[in-house]
Amino acid sequence: MSEKIATRVAYGKALAEIGKNENIIVLDADLSKSTKTDFFQKQYPERHFNIGIAEGNMMAMAAGLASCGKTVFASTFAVFAAGRAYDSVRNSIGYPHLNVKIGATHAGITIGEDGASHQMLEDIALMRAIPGMTVISPADAVSTAALVKLAAEMYGPVYLRLGRLDVPVIYEDGAQFQIGKGVQLKDGNDLTIIASGFMLDPAIKAAEMLKEEGISARVIDIHTIKPIDSDIIIKAAKETGAIITCEEHNIFGGLGSAVSEVVVKNYPVPMEMVGLEDTFGESGKPYELVEKYGLTPENIFKKSKILLDRKNK
Amino acid sequence: MDDKTKLELKKTAAKIRMGIITAVSSAGSGHPGGSLSLTDILTFLYFHEMRVDPKNPKDPDRDRFVLSKGHCSPGLYSTLANRGFFPVEDLAGFRQTSSYLEGHPSMCKVPGVDMSTGSLGQGIAAAVGMALAGKIDNKDYRVYAALGDGELDEGQVWEAAMAASHYKLDNLTAFVDYNGLQIDGKITEVMNPEPIADKFIAFGWNVIEIDAHDFDQIEEAVNKAKETKGKPTMIIAHSIKGKGVSYMENQASWHGNAPKKDQAEQALAELNEYLNSL
Repeated sequence: MSEKIATRVAYGKALAEIGKNENIIVLDADLSKSTKTDFFQKQYPERHFNIGIAEGNMMAMAAGLASCGKTVFASTFAVFAAGRAYDSVRNSIGYPHLNVKIGATHAGITIGEDGASHQMLEDIALMRAIPGMTVISPADAVSTAALVKLAAEMYGPVYLRLGRLDVPVIYEDGAQFQIGKGVQLKDGNDLTIIASGFMLDPAIKAAEMLKEEGISARVIDIHTIKPIDSDIIIKAAKETGAIITCEEHNIFGGLGSAVSEVVVKNYPVPMEMVGLEDTFGESGKPYELVEKYGLTPENIFKKSKILLDRKNK
Repeated sequence: MDDKTKLELKKTAAKIRMGIITAVSSAGSGHPGGSLSLTDILTFLYFHEMRVDPKNPKDPDRDRFVLSKGHCSPGLYSTLANRGFFPVEDLAGFRQTSSYLEGHPSMCKVPGVDMSTGSLGQGIAAAVGMALAGKIDNKDYRVYAALGDGELDEGQVWEAAMAASHYKLDNLTAFVDYNGLQIDGKITEVMNPEPIADKFIAFGWNVIEIDAHDFDQIEEAVNKAKETKGKPTMIIAHSIKGKGVSYMENQASWHGNAPKKDQAEQALAELNEYLNSL
């Protein structure tokens, strides 16, 4: 568990592994060394194309390539992929449902020092609102590698949300994943902590803190935010009666919203949400920002106690 | 081009123009002006130049066309219908709930449409992607695209132009439908894109200027584009907005307005008279 790898690195390595499939084309917008598509570029330079600092153009070009049968991975920072290029993603990739995988790295506040302009906290909201878009936010290197490969095998547009920061490896090598299927990491019956991406590790730690107080928390990794695993969420609502969501994203429109949509329609239970409280981030060291904005096991623990009070009222 | 071929193309273009009027007047909305200005180019491409098969619209080896100025869907749809991709009668359903003929081209819904477009600047970028795919796969298909002159306001056009020349996509031929008018008025007054030719030359393109309504000039330019190696070609096609319908010609007001019933009847009568005169 001590090993730490950024999900962007796992993404780059996975791309290089699946690159033997000659149908795969990788595009980047002058960030290959940061998005780690340079791993693919070194092995398959003839299928890696730099589009320059022109993200909207890259997405529409990806659509053109995909319309000719290519499986295209288009990479840039999440703030540009989902933000700047949104219209190209919506109209040229989403609407014609083309086979483009958007490798969006440097998501969330853990990009750190670059500050608010680069800290993408709205991408899940934007991407999951596009009909037919699959939205994946993996928590660690093992799940990232597996999900990148699965994304390449499925047909259709996929948004892969990846991080810059080195994060703990949570899963054992060889762990199996399915797009659209959540993973229960710990069983529990007092409440359920549902997390995705960077927040899975603090969620697990929060469950351990709760356990010390005799509270049994279930922990679920929702790596695929769309299509979301309704079954695992409804089961958690029925069996634990309370859900807290944890995401490195604005609490509006992201994982918390997606989970609550399932909960209120099927089996309403009290919920709490940990995430960015409708605010932009700021410059700073990643873990200082994590503390400041409450993306910590301690905050999950604190909000879990509030949630349990509501449940037991 | 021999006279017989030219005559047939002229007749076809007149029929396509009639289909445009039918489509927009049935819908009560749509974009006739820029559809009519582009018609002769569409006619030449689909009835003389492009390797397409209405029976196999997704043939991987086909030539491709991207209507980057997607609002001129009536022009593309009427061309595709007349070419046999779907029944001409279906044009009357344009923009209506019961029809598959979306307001802007949809590659999922409309047979023969190679790329969904509508948000300006994106179609040319997608065409660049298609041309790149052709190069990667060593295929001999060509990619055609049509841009509006007003569309040149979009920065993404120039991003795509830079990429096309960077990757030496000589299998890409694009047209600027240069009718001089956009919704709010003259392009030179709304946001002057001139000098258009110099701009594309500076971006590394082979540039040819033609009369958009002269089939000999269209053919010559398209052939020159095919002979040009190492760079994409931009054909700046000087056109008349609303071409073929007297009261629409050179009127910005007909950019995005549908003719009323009596106006449509007049337009169809004019076009029919022209067709019969050929």
